[in-house]
Amino acid sequence: MTQTNYSLAELVIVACAEAWRNDGEVMATGIGPLPRIGAGLAKMTFAPAIQTTDGEAWYTSEPVPPGKRVAESEYEGLSNYDRVFSALWSGRRHAMVGPVQIDRFGQANISMIGDHRKPKIAMLGARGFPGNSISHPNSFFFPSHNKRAFVEGEVDFVCMAGYNPERYIGGKPPRGLDLRIVVTNLCVMDFGGPDHQMRVVSLHPGVTFDEVQANTGFLLARIADDVPTTPAPTEEQLEIIARLDPNNVRASVFKDNPAGVREPA
Amino acid sequence: MLDKRMTVDDIVDQLSDGMTIGIGGWATRRKPMALIRAIARSKLKDLTIMAGYGGPDIGLLAATGKIRKLVFAFASLDHFPLEPHFRNARQAGAFEVLELDEGLYHWGLRAAAMKLPFLPSRVGIGTDIIRQSGFDFKMVKSPYEDSEELVAMPALVPDVALIHAHRSDERGNILTLSVDPLFDELLVRAAGVSFVTVEKIVSTAELEMKANSRFNLVERAMITGVAEAPFGAHPTSAAPDYQLDLKHIKAYVDSAASPEAWAEYKAKYIDVSEAEYQATIGGAEVVEALPVPVY
Repeated sequence: MTQTNYSLAELVIVACAEAWRNDGEVMATGIGPLPRIGAGLAKMTFAPAIQTTDGEAWYTSEPVPPGKRVAESEYEGLSNYDRVFSALWSGRRHAMVGPVQIDRFGQANISMIGDHRKPKIAMLGARGFPGNSISHPNSFFFPSHNKRAFVEGEVDFVCMAGYNPERYIGGKPPRGLDLRIVVTNLCVMDFGGPDHQMRVVSLHPGVTFDEVQANTGFLLARIADDVPTTPAPTEEQLEIIARLDPNNVRASVFKDNPAGVREPA
Repeated sequence: MLDKRMTVDDIVDQLSDGMTIGIGGWATRRKPMALIRAIARSKLKDLTIMAGYGGPDIGLLAATGKIRKLVFAFASLDHFPLEPHFRNARQAGAFEVLELDEGLYHWGLRAAAMKLPFLPSRVGIGTDIIRQSGFDFKMVKSPYEDSEELVAMPALVPDVALIHAHRSDERGNILTLSVDPLFDELLVRAAGVSFVTVEKIVSTAELEMKANSRFNLVERAMITGVAEAPFGAHPTSAAPDYQLDLKHIKAYVDSAASPEAWAEYKAKYIDVSEAEYQATIGGAEVVEALPVPVY
């Protein structure tokens, strides 16, 4: 039964889970609470074969909750640092990451803003983004959909490769490049438009396409004239989410933990 | 000589201005912090720091002006995602950087460990990593039928490697008892000259190598010197012996808020002997009781 009483965070978790639907037996890495709970939800429902980790060095049989652990996990395998590279270079991984910027090619940045020699804002550094991006599927989560995140032109420092022909010898991206979905506080997108143009595939309840476009620095395609509404969590999904997140970390992701169905302005 | 025991200060005496120093560990795990504090106190300058998986090692050396060039893939305190001293220094343009992908850094160490000039990789293709000013990344073409164009990741060869492990005997047979050995082995092999701080130096018999050999990272021939430095990774972790000290890391983060806050932290924790440092943080009892963090 479809619920109407759910939070935006819970709607987003359900949308994030979809990233792993057809992946088979891969390492699923969701960075940040909502993608992580999303991966857990996928594993507990339609994608039982995916492997999730304790955030450190082990695969566990069941997803590990964000925050305080409620019970000792059953460890089912080793995912130490070396093994993570072995898995990701093989392609048997799908990560959902939260960059600071993304552009129309799907190129993403977590390194810095401004001039690389003397940044205006220094952040993490490229981390594993370059290797992840050309080795296995990647999806994205942005808690705040705006033009600072969805930038006009290219991102300040391309950490994650994208569909920009100018960046490749012969214009052809490497075969491992496979950008899947982008989940935000407003909508779900993919790269299914012409020439991998980012495309709105569903709008969260109460959000319009024009609003998404107005908050994006480049032109978006849409899946249909009438873009579907992002599916609401089912009662079963809400119950599993509550079990996967007993500390209610999900309530702290969006300011004031807004409802999934937005009141008309 | 097979007795490789040294003090932390002996190790720092082996370092010199302008050297390329590789640092092991990962963000808040098993960083050789007693050595980092000793370098921060020393007169050393113009260092090239190789810390692919950086944490407070990068931050402390940045805050004390030791870094001329940084080779890294990230700098983070994990629970506090942004390394604030790294951030301040980088925003001030205090040092040059070569920014790499984590896997590419690993690959550069592996090339050096194998005494190869480079290893081919796809990593970096399509990104700004291979377009950085100040470093001319080369491509190589596969000589086989596929003819694929690949990144030639150059060997990363530090003058010395600094790592922190759990146990050693006087000969430099080391044990790294944590679940994740990280890439310390490759760093040691890449450098050829390696200094290791350990929680405890014990007899060879006490290492119980027959049971523990899988925790022995690397041949002792690769280890130049070992120094006993109990709690020498603090405030990062050396699990299972002790966990990271989140409270101290918070104090360290707060010390980046102003020059005054930094001066206070530096006077209290850096410009003191390691023994005073250990006493200030509460000694063995407090460090051993640090709770297991959740990730």
